[in-house]
This record gives sequence, structure tokens and C-alpha cells, in this order.
Amino acid sequence: MMDFLANLFDMLGSASFWVATLRVATPLILGTLGVLICERAGVLNLGIEGIMVAGAFTGWLAVFNGADLWTGVLVAGLVGGVFGLLHAALTVWLTVSQHVAGLGVTLLATSLSAFAYRVSFPQVSTPPTVTAFAPLEGLAGLPLIGPVLAGQTSLTLLAIALVPTVAYLLYRTPMGLALRMVGENPAAAEGQGVDVIAVRTGAVIAGSILMGLAGAFLTLSAFNAFFFNMINGRGWICVALVVFASWRPGKALLGAVLFAAFDAAQLRLQQAGGALPYQIYLMLPYLLSILALIVMARRAAYPQALMKPYRKGER
Amino acid sequence: MTNRMRRTLMTSSLALAAAALLPLPAFAADKIKVAAIYTVPVEQQWVSRIHKALNAAQTRGDIEYVFSENVTNADYERVMRQYAEQGKGLIVGEAFAVEAAARKVARDYPKTAFLLGSSGKPQAPNFSVFDNYIQEPAYLTGMIAAGMSKSGQIGMVGGYPIPEVNRLMHAFMDGAREINPKVKFTVSFIGSWFDPPKAKEAAFAMIDRGADVMYAERFGVSDAAKERGVLAIGNVIDTQAQYPDTVVASALWNMEPTIDTALKMVKAGSFKAEDYGKYSTMKFGGSEMAKLGTFESKVPAELIAKVKAKEKAILDGNFTVKVNDAEPKSN
Repeated sequence: MMDFLANLFDMLGSASFWVATLRVATPLILGTLGVLICERAGVLNLGIEGIMVAGAFTGWLAVFNGADLWTGVLVAGLVGGVFGLLHAALTVWLTVSQHVAGLGVTLLATSLSAFAYRVSFPQVSTPPTVTAFAPLEGLAGLPLIGPVLAGQTSLTLLAIALVPTVAYLLYRTPMGLALRMVGENPAAAEGQGVDVIAVRTGAVIAGSILMGLAGAFLTLSAFNAFFFNMINGRGWICVALVVFASWRPGKALLGAVLFAAFDAAQLRLQQAGGALPYQIYLMLPYLLSILALIVMARRAAYPQALMKPYRKGER
Repeated sequence: MTNRMRRTLMTSSLALAAAALLPLPAFAADKIKVAAIYTVPVEQQWVSRIHKALNAAQTRGDIEYVFSENVTNADYERVMRQYAEQGKGLIVGEAFAVEAAARKVARDYPKTAFLLGSSGKPQAPNFSVFDNYIQEPAYLTGMIAAGMSKSGQIGMVGGYPIPEVNRLMHAFMDGAREINPKVKFTVSFIGSWFDPPKAKEAAFAMIDRGADVMYAERFGVSDAAKERGVLAIGNVIDTQAQYPDTVVASALWNMEPTIDTALKMVKAGSFKAEDYGKYSTMKFGGSEMAKLGTFESKVPAELIAKVKAKEKAILDGNFTVKVNDAEPKSN
């Protein structure tokens, strides 16, 4: 037991552990913010898993075809936005079930990406690669956080910077107020002259753009090639993290970092030669997240109009 | 439209439909129709070797080759039946997760030859099995790994601890221990076949713990090794071209002997239920240690001599690499 604790403290004190944590957290931060924006406007977006695949694929493909890395990121965001528009058309305009539409978007985006990949690369034996974002070694000189930031790429810094940005937009601007209103009480928002349909559509598109970026991080920063199943459930984690975060950007960052820390820790504990089966370690982040969810989500106030379609003039 | 016209139209379209349903004349009788069904994309290391051997046979003009990739286990039986109904001569695939269903399909189509990756036994009359029995080159690369490691710590990242993975890891570890009995192994599994970012994270963690040679069972491990300036050992495929300063040696799997033997049998009409496992051994050319290439001059001559001697002993039948399918553990 003492050994285990000593190991644990060693790990928590090492820069490399926190470097890994932030790296694992980045796609979760971006994806969670994306889901959060959609849900604050009252729309559940289960298209995230597929939108991340599409973002990962198209961003990478653009760079593979000669675009620079930031253009690739832009392309991933745009493609995410297009799928967001589709989801908005289904759920906001046609008011179909948000669960079913979201899963449909996920299936469509995933399969379209796989199809487009095979059409683009009919005969490859090893996956083609690009040159990914390089870590920002220049930041190593900063006190305390320098070594941790030096291991990250610009996309991670962007993800972290987006947290206060989204919080500011949500809580300090008229646009954010309108967005939150249509998620709480769309009829009242309408009464104030807010175009509920337009605001919800905009929110779903904006959130989906972030989901596209989350996917692009995996192919343009964490790795340098595209694989069919590489999103591997990260999108679903984001949906859960939003609940953990009680729909608040700051807590979303905390949740994403916490989950990533559990994941980075389980890899290290597994390697320390524990007697437990490896499945237990793989389970740890999920198990601990469920526990955290139980504790954190007890008093979570969810957007009152979440998953409630708004039809103008309906009583 | 007159009645008469309508009738003519109907009969002609019926005739067309009937023609489409009738089996096509065997104008390509000398070419065997081969279908492969893969549960993963054809870029996956394991499957890429089968795909390569079948593509080679197609280029030679021996076969007509079609394949379905990324077929889920739930769909596997349906796709098998579809190809069997189309009258394929040989169906290649992987039965690991669908043993019962695959064997049932084989019983229903006794005229079709089935050659599937499986940990089980062949099933008469037409269900043959193969597997990546490349423990021999894995042993040799293990020797190289231990010889090249300065820290005496080797990291191994795997997908899942299934027999196909375990036996190669154990052979690799046995080989490493022959050179350095005190070598330490860190083993971890990431619970996915296709999550390179995660495999990379696991590899980073091992390198942080002091591993300086990585056993690259998954995509992503060599990338971590390259970024940190440590070495890697390839498995199943040779990736030295992509990582010239990282990948020292690789245990290669050649599916050609397996596929070509099966094709010969089908052509001669003598395909039986057999275990094709042996065609993956070094003796049959089914596996080999890849050329050291860029590392030719960086691996000590003394180590190369030891590996060459062991290679010869294996080929002569004087040394057998132990097959151990148990889950490997860190030590």
C-alpha cells in the first residue's frame, strides 16, 4: 500500500503525467464545449461521435492534399458545421426526435468518412501520414507550468483558451443570453423578440464546429494518420461530461481534465505491474467518472427546454 | 401503350430478369473466384498481409478477387453466405469471433472452400484454418531488442491479450531473455485494435518509466518511440521505411505460402479441411525477420551472429520456439 501511494505521488508530481493528461483531455475539452453549446440552446447532439470522425478525416485529408495544418483545422470545423446544420434541420426545423436524429447523424458521418477514405485511398497497405502539429518547446521557460505546456501543441492551447471564451459569450453577451433563454424557455424568448429557431440552429452549428475540431486534434496533433475507429467512443464521453459539468464551461474543463488524468493514471498504474487484470485498469476512468457524476450531478440544473422541440405558435 | 406492347415489354423484362438470375457461363473457368471478408479495414497489420497475398495472386492472373472490409461480427455470417451463394470457389476470412456461425455456413456450402483465421481446429470437409504462427521471427527480434537496449527495459503495447498477440509477445520475451536474462518488460493492453493516439500514450508512459526499446504491436507505438528517440521492433509488417531511425527489426508474416497452397488445392479439386498454420512458419517462408536495413551497421556484429545462428537452428529444426498463448505480464 505504501508503495502504491509512493508511486501515485511520484506520478502526480511528474511533468510527463500532466503533459499526457492535457493531451488526452484536449479532444474532450473541445467536444464537451461543443455538446454544451448545443444543449444550452435546448438541443441534444448525439451526432458528436460521427462529427468527430468526419472532422478527423476531412481535416487530415486536407493537410494530406497539401493544405497547411491550420487550413486542415478550418476544414474540419466547416465539415463539423455542415453536419451541425443537418442536425439542426432535422431537430430544430422538422422537430424530429433529437436522440434518433443525432444517432442518425453519427451513423451517416462515420460511414461517409469511411466511404470517402476508401474512395480516396483504394490501395494502401499502411495508412498514409501527414506532418502533425509540433509541441511548443518554446514555452518550456515559463515557471511551474512551462514543462507541461511545452509538451502540448497549439490546438491544446486553443482548446483551453476556448473555455473562458465560451463562458464569456454565454454569460456576458446578449447572444449568450438569447442562447440560454431558448434552452430554458423558448416561448418566453420568442416573446422577447428572439428568433428561437435561428438561435438554436446557430448554436447547433457552432457546437458542431467544435466537435469537428475535436476530431481534427486526433489526426493532426495526437496522431498523424486517420483510422476508421479511432474516435473510439470519445464523443460519448463528452456527452456524459456535460452532465458532470452541470452545463457550465469551467466545470466542463475540470471534468475533461479529470477524466484524462484518470486515463493517464490507469496506463501508468497498469504498467507498474499491478496484480489486477488489465481490464480493471481500463475500466478505471469510466468507473471513477460514474462516481464523480453521481456526486456532481445530484444538484445539476439542466436546461429546462432540453430535448423539447419548439414549434412556433403551439400551445 | 397497347396491350400487346405491354405484354412484349413484360416478357422481355422477365427474360432479362431470368438471364440475370441464371449462373453466368464459366468463361473465366481457369480463374478461381476468391472472396475475402475482413472485420477491420485492409490497412490493419494482420489483415493487410492476407490482402497483399490475394492481390498478388490476382495480379498473377490466378484469381478473381473481391473483398468486404470492416464487416461487423454480427454481419459476418450474412456476408459469408452471400459470397457462398455467388458461387465463390474460395472464401478467406477470420473466424475468431464468429467460430460457430462460420462453421455452420461451411457445413451449408460443402462445395465451397473456406480458409479462415481461427484458433480452433479444421472442420471436415471444407473448413480449413490458419493463424499467424510467426513466433520464430518474433523470438529473433526479441534477441535483437535485448541486445540493443541499454536500460534493460522493454515496453510492449498490445490491443487485447488474445492468443494471436500473446504467443508473439511470449516468443519475443523468450528471445530477449536469451540475450539478457535480467531484461525487464512492461506490458499494457489498450482495449482497442484501432486507437493509435491511445497506443501512443501507453508507449509514452513506458518510455517515461525507462523503456528504450518498444515492441510495436499497434500503430502509434513506433511514433512515440520516434518522438522520444528510442528504438522499436516491428510486428507482422515492416515499417522501417516510415521510421528509418526507429524500427530496428520486424517479425514479418507472409501469407503467400498459405494462400498459394490453398489456391493450388482448390484448382486441383483436392481442397480438404486442414490446418494451414505450418505455412506461416519460417521453414515454409510464411514468416521471416525483415532485413535490418538502416540498422545493418548499428546492430553489433556479435549480436547479428547470434541471431543468424539461431535462425539457422530454427530452419534446421534444431530449435523450436515455444508457443505460449497465456496473457503476458509486466515483471
